[in-house]
This record gives sequence, structure tokens and C-alpha cells, in this order.
Amino acid sequence: MAFYQNIPFFSIFLAMFSGTISSVLPRKAARILNVVVVSLIMAASAVLTVILYGQGRSYTFMMGHFPAPFGNEIRAGALEAGMACFFCLIMLLSMLGGRKKLDEEVEETKHNLYYVLVNLLLSSLLAMVYTNDLFTAYVFVEINTIAACGLIMIRQIGRTIEAAVRYMILSLLGSGLFLVGLVLLYDLTGHLLMSNIQESVGMLIENGEYTIPLLVTISLMSAGLAIKSALFPFHAWLPDAYGYSTVSSAALLSSLVSKGYIFLLIKIYYRVIGIDFIRHNKLIDVLFIFGLSGMIFGSISAIRENDIRRMIAYSSVAQIGYIYMGIGMGTQDAMIASVYHILMHGATKSLLFIAAIGLTDVSGYSRQFIQITGAGYRNKIAGVGFTVGALSMVGFPCFSGFISKLLFAQAAIHNTGKMLPTLIVLGISTILNAIYFMKTVLRIYTPVADSDYPVLHMKDQKLYSGVIIAFVITNLLLGLTSVFIEEWIRRGLIVFG
Amino acid sequence: MGSNLFTNYGEAVAMILFAIGLSNLMLQKNLIKKIIGLNIMDSAVYLFLAEKGYIRGHVAPIIVNNVQSTDAYINPIPAGLVLTGIVVSVSVTALMLSLTIRLYRRYQTLDLDEISMKLKQEGQ
Repeated sequence: MAFYQNIPFFSIFLAMFSGTISSVLPRKAARILNVVVVSLIMAASAVLTVILYGQGRSYTFMMGHFPAPFGNEIRAGALEAGMACFFCLIMLLSMLGGRKKLDEEVEETKHNLYYVLVNLLLSSLLAMVYTNDLFTAYVFVEINTIAACGLIMIRQIGRTIEAAVRYMILSLLGSGLFLVGLVLLYDLTGHLLMSNIQESVGMLIENGEYTIPLLVTISLMSAGLAIKSALFPFHAWLPDAYGYSTVSSAALLSSLVSKGYIFLLIKIYYRVIGIDFIRHNKLIDVLFIFGLSGMIFGSISAIRENDIRRMIAYSSVAQIGYIYMGIGMGTQDAMIASVYHILMHGATKSLLFIAAIGLTDVSGYSRQFIQITGAGYRNKIAGVGFTVGALSMVGFPCFSGFISKLLFAQAAIHNTGKMLPTLIVLGISTILNAIYFMKTVLRIYTPVADSDYPVLHMKDQKLYSGVIIAFVITNLLLGLTSVFIEEWIRRGLIVFG
Repeated sequence: MGSNLFTNYGEAVAMILFAIGLSNLMLQKNLIKKIIGLNIMDSAVYLFLAEKGYIRGHVAPIIVNNVQSTDAYINPIPAGLVLTGIVVSVSVTALMLSLTIRLYRRYQTLDLDEISMKLKQEGQ
């Protein structure tokens, strides 16, 4: 076994142990440990991505020398490794960008607990990305939920605690459904390792046995993960949770937590059930319709919102809708578009949250639109960051949002049944996006004559400015090197199943 | 189909319990009752797993008198899954209860809708 094959295992355990250690470290040491660990994992995952991309295959890693079907396994291919690298990058930038806010909003004694939660979140995300065992995936889904709930409630105000409770209730409903689905699948196939389940499921489908229980199982697991990732009708907890938690938490929750569940769902479709069966199943039509309605209703809620943070949160509902629409179209191209959208949304939404906090800081900490008028002049770098994020969300060329919309449209054209609804809703949703994002951009660049709010220059906030610039560069890179990224996703999906 | 339901009555009961737990988690207003619903839901899954793992006439998978045939023992994996599941549900329940305590101290009520209303009045 080559040495690089240990990287996924070490990434997961490094994140987990650093979380445990952070609980006894002083605040500053925990912060440094977090930065070091996340950067290390990012670098290692990048190396792994390059190696696996070159080889064009995936490998399984046996945990504890018990061979399949008894032992636990990790499986890594180019897609998984690249996703891990991307998650680490966004986490690093979000943590650095929200650091000042964290110092202001969270009690000083709770700071190292925050790093415990963040490291646990990273380890559970990595485990969901890499694991080849369905029950392990369930356990880490729960760990992810607990960590995410902690991230919401670490800022102790009434709103966040209530949001955390609502988040927990819906999340637990989702994990309950997922657990039942998984237990039924274990009952049908007698396996827990994903590849083994796929063999058994393939045999069941071939013989035409247990078709209804199989369908129930897949629906339960899809519904569970869709609820957890805040697909449209299940998004009630989302605006409060993203809107009032501390900004790093909001960025992490919107960019990573929900994406982890979606990635797991895609993995289940490819590796557990087999994508060919899913494509000919009516189930994905349901996801398609929920995705489309999310795109419209999420945007309408965002337009009606008067609070910039909540507006960005509602925009997440619409973007999650895009991803499910891609999964629901049921073609390879659409799935590539969905995975690309995961990257695009992760990079852009965290940028928007971090930039919005810079705008509200120079507006007397008020998040109402009327107060942030002209904030783009008072905090230039935050204004630029917000504008880039908004343009990317709307789908301005050069930025990543344009590419993902283009990929969705191209995928729709090759899908005769779903072409018309997809294109129409894509168009409407883009217009709605433009309405609320451009409205905000216009407002932050509307000059106000005599404002008594402070002005923040780049040299006063070096770390923050650096983070915004890094986010903008990430966004541009995603947009400009999209041919390469698309090829990476395509190759990754081939060895994914 | 009806006869299957009767032979697998353990599983059927488990699914009914699951539905009861799920609807409690969703529909109850009181947070404590919601948490109880959550626990019923999880326990129903464990009952289902235990039912699936048990084979009538077989014994616990500990080798005695050198009997190594698989026909003598029940399947131990569901028991392992139940154990893991219990750990998960205990930690989740503890977290939910701690959140409930915090909300109760702040708003003196366990009704989630009432809490939302008080929050709106506070206007934070």
C-alpha cells in the first residue's frame, strides 16, 4: 500500500483529535491548532486529488485489518479528495474572516469550545465524504448535526437558541427517516458496506424481487437527507439559524453542513443503489419538483426580506433548490452541474456572509437595508466582496455562478422531458436573484450625504481584507478554470459508483 | 400480505411505534413531549433491529462447547448497531434537553410557538 493512501484516514482522525485536544487548550492555542490542522488537511487532500486524478481510479482503505464484509472501509477517488480539499479551504477562510466577530459575540470562556465544534464538524464532514460504510455515515451525520447545533447556539441570544431547537427537531426527523431507511436496506441486503449493498441490490433488481420495499427504502433515505439539507418545504429553521448565529457559523452551516448531506445523498445514489436504477425511478421527479419550487419560493422570500443576513439565508434555500433540480434531472451532465453548484455555492455564500458582516459593522451593527445605505463606501473591501458574491449568484460571466447556470441549462437541453420546466424556472429564478442581489448592491453604493457612521479602511482590517480577496480569487478561479473542474468532476463521478 | 404482517408482528409494532414517535416529534408543541417522541422513534428502530437479528431457537453468539456452526447462533451485527444507535440517541437527547432548559430559563415556557411569539415581541 502506498503512503498516500493513508491520507483520508489521517485527515479524519487529525480533525477529530484536534477537536478533543482543543477542549483543554487555551483560546489562542486552540485557534492556532485549528488553522494548522485545517491547512494541513487541505494540503494533503490536494496532493491526494492530484494523484488520484492522474490515476483515474479510486481505492478502498481497510480500517483495522478486517476484510470486507466485516470491517469498516474508507474509499477515496478524485472527487472525494477534491471535495475534502474544497471543504477545508472554505472552512479556513470562513474561520479567519469571522474571527473578529467571534471575539465580539461569543463569551471568552466558550472560545475553545467553538474550536472543538469546528474541528468535530470538519472530521464528520470528511468522514461523510470518505466513508464506504452506510452505518458509519449515519453516525457521522449525527455528529455533524450536533456540531452544527453547537455552532448555532454558541452565540447565546434567544433567537439562536430557538433556531437551534428548530434545527435540531427537523434534523432529528431527517436522521430518523435516514436511520429507518438504512435499517430496512440492511434487512433487505444483509450488508452495511456500500459496494456490497450495491451488489445485492443489483441482484434484487435483476430478479424483480422486493421492488416496493426497495423503493420505500430509497425514498426514506432521500427524504431524510433532503430534510437535513434544508430542501424547500423543510427550511423553516434556516433563516434564523443563518441570520443570527455568529458569522463564521453562518458561513460554515450554509457552505459546508448542508453540502455534506447532499454529497452523501449523491454517494448513496451512485454507490449504494446504483445510478442507473435511480435514473429510471420516479423518485427523482419528486426531488426535481421540490428543487424547482425551492428555486422560486426561496427567492421570493429573499425579496421580501428586510434584513441583509436573512436575505442571504433565504437565497441559500433557492440555491439548494438548484442542486436538487440537477439531481432530479437524472443525467450525467446534470449531476456534474449539481456538483459544480455545490462548489460554487460553498465559495460564494460564505463570501456573502463574511462581506455582509463588514457592511453591517460600518452601519451601527444594524442589518436593516435602510441603515446599510452607502456602506460600500464606508468599508470598501466588504463592498467589493459583496458585489462579487452578488454578481456570481446572479450569474455574471467570469464568476462561478455563470458557469453553474450554463451547465444546468446545457444539461437541460439534453433532457427532453424536463427541458422546458428547467429552463423556464432557471430564467425566472435568475431574474428574481438579480432583483434582490442587485437591489442590495445598488443600496450599498448609494451615497449618503452626511453619515455619522465610522469608515473602515483596508489597513485597519488586514486579515479580513485578505480573506475577502482570497474568496474573490477562489470565485474567479472556479469560474475561469471551469473546463478543468468539469473534467475533474466527470472523471470523479465515473469511479464514484 | 396479511399473513406476512401477522408473522412479522414485531416489525409491524416497531413501525407503528416509529410513526407514533415521528408524529409526536412533529406535532407536539411542548418541547419535552417532542423529545419523548424522538426517543420513541429511536427505540422503535432498535426494536426493529432486534427483531431482525433474533432467530428463534438460536442463542447469543458466544461459542460454548465448541459449537461453531452458524445455525446455532443469532446474528450479532444488529445488536452492535443498536448499541451504537443508543449512544447517538442519548447524546442527541442530552443536547435537546440542555437547549430546552436554556429556553425555559429565558422564557418560562416549554411551548415553542409561545417562545417564537415572545421573541417577536422582544424584536431582537
